[in-house]
Amino acid sequence: MSLDQDTIRRIARLARLGVDESENETYARSLSDIFAFVEQLNAVDTTGIEPMAHPLDARQRLRPDEVTESNQRDKFQKIAPRVEAGLYLVPRVIE
Amino acid sequence: MEWEVVIGLEIHAQLATRSKIFSGASTAYGAEPNTQACAVDLGLPGVLPVLNEKVVELAARFGLATHSTVARRSVFARKNYFYPDLPKGYQISQFELPIVHDGYIDIDLDDDTTRRIGITRAHLEEDAGKSLHEDFHGATGIDLNRAGTPLLEIVSEPDMRSAKEAVAYMKKIHALVRYLEICDGNMQEGSFRCDANVSVRPKGQEEFGTRTEIKNINSFRFVERAINYEVERQIDVLEAGGEIVQETRLYDADRDETRSMRSKEEANDYRYFPDPDLLPVILDDDFIEAVRKTLPELPDAKRERFMTQYSLSHRDAVILTGSREMASYFELVVEASGGEGRLAANWVTGELSGLLNREGIEIDESPVSAEHLGGLLKRIADNTISGKIAKQVFEAMCRGEGDADTVIEQKGLKQITDSGAIEKLVREVLDNNPKQVEQYRGGQEKLLGFFVGQVMKATQGKANPGEVNKILKRLLSGD
Repeated sequence: MSLDQDTIRRIARLARLGVDESENETYARSLSDIFAFVEQLNAVDTTGIEPMAHPLDARQRLRPDEVTESNQRDKFQKIAPRVEAGLYLVPRVIE
Repeated sequence: MEWEVVIGLEIHAQLATRSKIFSGASTAYGAEPNTQACAVDLGLPGVLPVLNEKVVELAARFGLATHSTVARRSVFARKNYFYPDLPKGYQISQFELPIVHDGYIDIDLDDDTTRRIGITRAHLEEDAGKSLHEDFHGATGIDLNRAGTPLLEIVSEPDMRSAKEAVAYMKKIHALVRYLEICDGNMQEGSFRCDANVSVRPKGQEEFGTRTEIKNINSFRFVERAINYEVERQIDVLEAGGEIVQETRLYDADRDETRSMRSKEEANDYRYFPDPDLLPVILDDDFIEAVRKTLPELPDAKRERFMTQYSLSHRDAVILTGSREMASYFELVVEASGGEGRLAANWVTGELSGLLNREGIEIDESPVSAEHLGGLLKRIADNTISGKIAKQVFEAMCRGEGDADTVIEQKGLKQITDSGAIEKLVREVLDNNPKQVEQYRGGQEKLLGFFVGQVMKATQGKANPGEVNKILKRLLSGD
């Protein structure tokens, strides 16, 4: 499978990555190479093998429904770029 | 052309837990902004989500109550999109392997029929935070208290054929999650909200039309209005030769219309993949059987029981089992009345519901307690008062004038059942109205009502109506 430049633009946009137009071709080639490498796995017969959801063969541990966290807003907001009235401020989102 | 409407709903029910789905932060509503958003909820580097056992139990409860399969193995996935109130850049949800799938519920329609609506799946996920778009010096404010709140997203099959059916389905799910105590159902606080997928197709056509999704509807009334608007819009577009664009639309209640949310369209590729931070959730039969034992009597079973145990009509039983609070109020009334099931049904669905509607309050805020209402019905049943007088007593109870016996005593409303006393009154009425007596005897039998009225007037409605009728007829028939 090889990726074209439109696909590169699209996935860069979805991932919010700024990719310079001049680099598009390089990315398309590199990513296509990675795909080609991974595609070798298709040669393996996986009939009857249940797909893994996680590399560890273990089950999710559950925690009891208890409130264990206290309010640490001041601490968290100290490292935020902008806060006001207890809110985190971000560039205006226009709906 | 005749069109058929096709609707499927996605309902988000906030699960009733103390702490969040993947962290130990509180889920209490109404706290100061960001005081309940911990490092996990904020998506700070190095944190690890750990699943709350309660959400698994609550989801399983829903699955068992809707004839669904509760998955022995389910998997969390990342749903990737960018929005400021989603700190991680992805929402933890379930995609290919949801915890609950392939069930159904039966909804009750106005014409007393029921209709089966399929439940495709119900999966666990975390809620996002809240964006405040009021002007903060040109910025948007973000409150992440809600981020990480556990949700059960309940996805129906496209089985509904009208806005009314969609409302009936939503109401049924709402009642069910409250019966099951898995969600408080508070729509104002956003604990229960829905998205509607709507399309139309020419009647008789197998294939579905292109659908639109109406987002975030938070009341039963709006669901009906939003769907009706959207159906009209789609039919207008199609009949004018246009095409429906698959898109997300927002319902604006003030203008009663749906509007396209084009800004969200482009992001509609969520690139789901299994969340490496979380392992598969494995449930065994013991767990599922233990959850089954915690199930309360469900609305459908309760409705059937009410119909047989209290000889109620289907319609009354549907109304009285509409919510758990309503059902338990009704049963308390029956108990306090000494077993007057049908009388209790009449009063709860009639007089009491009228009062609640007028006051705009819920049954658990009723000014008349179930015990007091039951006490009143007891006095109707033992002929202490007539049904008509009972309404007077009911109004007095609403005003807080005490229980039925107190009101009856204080106002002297006890029914006159002494036939001697009634006969004396009847004779007086007949003596005072010789002309009418003559007319009655001459064949104008509808004058009986006139005489009853006169007797009632003389006793301020306290004479036993059955007794009055009997005596009147006897005396008028020529005695």
